[in-house]
Amino acid sequence: MKKYKLLQVAVFAFSMLIGFNACKPKNAGTAVNADAATKTYVAPGKYDAYYNFVSGGFSGQLSAYGLPSGRLLRVIPVFSVDPEKGYGYSEETKPMLNTSHGFVPWDDLHHVQLSKTDGMYDGRWVFANANNTPRVARIDLKTFRTAEILELPNSGGNHSSPFITENTEYLVAGTRFSIPPDDKNGDVPISSYKQNFKGTISFISVQKDNGAMDISFQLQCPGFNFDLSRAGKGVSNGWFFFSTYNTEQAYTLLEVNASQKDKDYIMAINWKKAEEYFKAGKARKQSVKYAHNVYDEKTHSATSQIKTEVSVLDVKDFPDIAYFFPCPKSPHGCDVSPTGEYIVGSGKLAALIPVFSFEKMLKAIEAKDYIGNFEGMPILKYESVLYGEVKKPGLGPLHTEFDDKGNAYTSMFVSSEVVKWNIKDLKVVDRAPTYYSVGHLTVAGGDTKKPYGKYLVAYNKITKDRFLPTGPELSQSAQLYDISGDKMQLILDYPTIGEPHYAQIIAADLVSPNSTKFFKLEENKNPYRSNGEKETKVVRNGNRVDVYMTAIRSHLTPDNIEGIRVGDEVYFHVTNLEQDWDVPHGFAIKGALTGELLIMPGETQTLKWIPEKVGISPFYCTDFCSALHQEMSGYVRVSPAGSNVPLKFSTGKIEETATDSLKTK
Amino acid sequence: MKKFAILLFLGAFIAACGGGNSENKDNPAPSSDKPVATEVPKDASGNPPYDPERGEGKFKNVQVSENLDAAMAANGEKVYGVKCSSCHKLTSEKLVGPGWLGVTERHTADWIMNFTTNTDAMLDKDPKAQAQLEICLVRMPNQNLSDDDARSLYEFMRKNDGVK
Repeated sequence: MKKYKLLQVAVFAFSMLIGFNACKPKNAGTAVNADAATKTYVAPGKYDAYYNFVSGGFSGQLSAYGLPSGRLLRVIPVFSVDPEKGYGYSEETKPMLNTSHGFVPWDDLHHVQLSKTDGMYDGRWVFANANNTPRVARIDLKTFRTAEILELPNSGGNHSSPFITENTEYLVAGTRFSIPPDDKNGDVPISSYKQNFKGTISFISVQKDNGAMDISFQLQCPGFNFDLSRAGKGVSNGWFFFSTYNTEQAYTLLEVNASQKDKDYIMAINWKKAEEYFKAGKARKQSVKYAHNVYDEKTHSATSQIKTEVSVLDVKDFPDIAYFFPCPKSPHGCDVSPTGEYIVGSGKLAALIPVFSFEKMLKAIEAKDYIGNFEGMPILKYESVLYGEVKKPGLGPLHTEFDDKGNAYTSMFVSSEVVKWNIKDLKVVDRAPTYYSVGHLTVAGGDTKKPYGKYLVAYNKITKDRFLPTGPELSQSAQLYDISGDKMQLILDYPTIGEPHYAQIIAADLVSPNSTKFFKLEENKNPYRSNGEKETKVVRNGNRVDVYMTAIRSHLTPDNIEGIRVGDEVYFHVTNLEQDWDVPHGFAIKGALTGELLIMPGETQTLKWIPEKVGISPFYCTDFCSALHQEMSGYVRVSPAGSNVPLKFSTGKIEETATDSLKTK
Repeated sequence: MKKFAILLFLGAFIAACGGGNSENKDNPAPSSDKPVATEVPKDASGNPPYDPERGEGKFKNVQVSENLDAAMAANGEKVYGVKCSSCHKLTSEKLVGPGWLGVTERHTADWIMNFTTNTDAMLDKDPKAQAQLEICLVRMPNQNLSDDDARSLYEFMRKNDGVK
């Protein structure tokens, strides 16, 4: 009888399988073909073919995923402290989060840009923006660490940032909020917006050899909201295109008041011209304050410098830098096709997608085909710049990327879908639903001159029922599509950290061979390093105590310290003496208000500790390192302030057993 | 009998899944077919039996002169201070790893230099290294010594063992 039931179950299961194959599934749970798993399966121990760098949105961090598996490889701390890595907690990394406002522990990271050579990813760096307290960061892909952070003056809400030129000559950073310039007294009525508020676009130069960033010059622009941008490439190299909204210059209830006009503008900037004017000394110097933070991989330390001057070109004084052309309904994305010829504007509230022609734009400029001007800057005629419109693409177009076969893919926020259309004839050729409300999307290599195609990832704003529920807070979601065929095929859902805004996908072999495995002890230039256990020591200078400590499997040296007093400022400078891949050590001491450390092989990191209680404070290694990891520990004896217990330290020294007994406090 | 039929059915199903797996080989995703393990150096003569006196690694027939090269030993002492002294005493006392006194009498130069530069592979294979691991229970870290460092260290070990 039992056997018969089992057979029934098997037959039922089999018929279900056939049933599923027979009908095209349509609902959210089943809109997946049976071979999806094989397309995303990367066997244990095998590597993914692509790295996917994804913004962590309001987490302030950047994540690195492997594709097509969707494995989370690493969360890279950028604009927020990160207890997992000690970033922003160790004395060496704290300066990275310094700004002209002081230490900012948490920001909002939106857009990701891989460095490029000749319009293709070169695997050297990733750049990303802090949206709230305006900054741009450079992440080194040798170490997967934040190497540099540059604050931006005259900016509020660094949203159209960072976008880069085809040889990484410049990153641009356009302000979302226009504000009064930093060198003016901004204590003015908000209603003086039109008169006093200005938009600024920063041109950040990037040094070819080492990636060092600097604000080369800023363009002072009209008081609009600058939303997104792309550099021209190929035929349009030398230009930048920025979407703008709130050209109404409203300052309240923007939802209504910044949506009055039928069209806002795309601003085209001839950056080669702007660069010429800057180099010819035409910029004015403006007094400002901004932080420039650099992490040095030799000293394993960051430094923060406050800079005080920036060069500004006011675009209205230079008639051949800036041109506007109308774009329907509060454009968001402003994306440039692989050849550089087409500029796709995505009006958030528009029922069509306008595609502009760079060639036609140049002709319209030449012919002075203007319909007016804004503060003296020409506004080109819509029809003269337009290549054509994608009709009825869906609702709420936001962002567009491109594949290797002449297709464009636009995310549709309101209708929750990705729409594929042909760049030449502007016909919609496919649509795929997203779950739910897609924001950014990325195609592998999708903003380069030669996109890889193959995969597309949609980054969704709403997750709802896609994963097991986790209370009111849910992870955001990414969805991977195979776009190698005529039809887009959803093959994977996976959660992301924070809110994924933009992301980029790069071939793994451009990055993985360069990955640093450990830091060489011989090259460690941290002033507080201990080059071997013989250099460990404890030094008192007034109430400052420096502990020069080493960590190696499986002990810390020194591991007995006496003579520390309540109120001392104790700095543990821990050098990890290991010289092999993947052997970090951790360090934690009871009651430290500053956090913990994680120290990579060959590195020195410092934890500040101010003991507040008399007694014995244990410390230990927090990162499991060997069979005797539990033994990797020690004790600090803390005596009252003013005590004359002598300072001493040791490891492995067995003293004559003391017989002092405990006294009640 | 019916049970057998079910097994047969399931078997066919699993075989079908197997087919799916082989299809996956066409998937360009796994960019590396190489195992992650450390690469095993090949010997010129083809496939010789394991030589426990030499160990495994790049060093073979290391030339050692009768007298100490003092400069080389001094350099080795510096390397010892940075990369070895945390775990190895110069006496016969065990700290984390065995004390170094007499090490050059217990092992050949080839073995020591192979072990200090090809640590993981030797710990996985070499009987003498494995015997030490059973005593110490901490895998000796690969400290990424250069060839010169390894040779200098050996010279320092000789000095520690009384070679003049």
